[in-house]
Amino acid sequence: MNPVLLLFASVITSNIALTYFLGMCPFVTISKQIHVAAGMGMAVTMVMTLTASANWLIQNIILVPLGLEYLQFLVFIVTIATIVQILEIVIDRYFPILYLSFGIFLPLITVNCAILGISLFMVLRSYGFIETVLYSFGSGVGWLLAIITMGGLRRNLVFSKPLRNFGDPGITAIIAGIMALGFIGFTGVAGL
Amino acid sequence: MGDSANQNSVNLKIPQKGYKLLKTKSWMVFKEGVWHNNPIFGMMLGLCSTLAVTNLVSNALVMSAAVTLVLVVNSAIISSLRNLIPDRVRMIAYMLIISSLVITVDLILKIVLPEASKALGPYVALIITNCILMGRAEAYAINNSVGLSVMDALGVGLGYTFSLTLISIFRELIGFGSILGFTVLPGELPRIALFTIPPGAFFALGTFILIINTIRNRRSES
Repeated sequence: MNPVLLLFASVITSNIALTYFLGMCPFVTISKQIHVAAGMGMAVTMVMTLTASANWLIQNIILVPLGLEYLQFLVFIVTIATIVQILEIVIDRYFPILYLSFGIFLPLITVNCAILGISLFMVLRSYGFIETVLYSFGSGVGWLLAIITMGGLRRNLVFSKPLRNFGDPGITAIIAGIMALGFIGFTGVAGL
Repeated sequence: MGDSANQNSVNLKIPQKGYKLLKTKSWMVFKEGVWHNNPIFGMMLGLCSTLAVTNLVSNALVMSAAVTLVLVVNSAIISSLRNLIPDRVRMIAYMLIISSLVITVDLILKIVLPEASKALGPYVALIITNCILMGRAEAYAINNSVGLSVMDALGVGLGYTFSLTLISIFRELIGFGSILGFTVLPGELPRIALFTIPPGAFFALGTFILIINTIRNRRSES
């Protein structure tokens, strides 16, 4: 697949938050403030690219030759947990400014389903290494875009009065639905 | 087992004369799981799978069965090992137990229901990162006896099944005019295809949250 189209599709038309519903828990709970949402989004992008690449290498160098594909869920989740731990230590030690902006989100990310989901999609669609890197980076950026947009839209809820019984999650779901319509509208350009 | 219910205090009613199932503690825990701790509408956990698999009732049922099975077995294992798991590594222990269970369920699905397994795609594997499992393990199973933990898991699992079935019946009926593949609506009625695509999932979820919250608030007022 054309790398530009792949990148476009993973950011917009096949946005993991809005069309595959991955990472919904933080999407609903953390999107209240834009700067918090941005920090989480950056952390997700970084971890997603790193873990998907690492999982591709593990899958194709270790698991497939040994016929251990059935262990991939367990191995993937352990890899993700390890990478997140290492990343947290390294960023805290060498990039304190970055750590202030998104360090606190790193531990939460291990159980973010978007991270594991990308590794699983990469296996299901049998991507090559370059495609995996592009796809995972694009998906991270797409998630960042979606959560920042949601943060901005939810801030404007102060000026309007949705039905009280919607609660925060209900109105977030409705807004996400309208956003998803907009993102899916580009499917004619490129889809996965 | 004296440490039971130190976190999730359940309003215990004094046992009546004779044995009544509806007054026992395990029944209260079960009921709490289905309604008040309902994973979707009460705690807003596990939304990824809820939105993704509710396009067809059959997908929703298979997914609910898988989640309930993993939930019950996971709670049983964790509560029976609760005195052996060191406090500091308990998260990793949950993770490993859950992943092993999910691998088993995924393999079973691939053999027994290959079509459903293909339709669900990666979402069965994503049960591993479903917050419901970690949530029940951490909030309930690690502090309570095996029997109560299993009842709690059954209740939450049934609550999950209830929510998914409700949303999927709505989406399949309006989107395809059928339930479980059988055409229900007459052919001349228009189908609203919006509810078969991802945005429709969000709209359906939002609508159901509104309905359930309205019922809840009316009950608590009266």
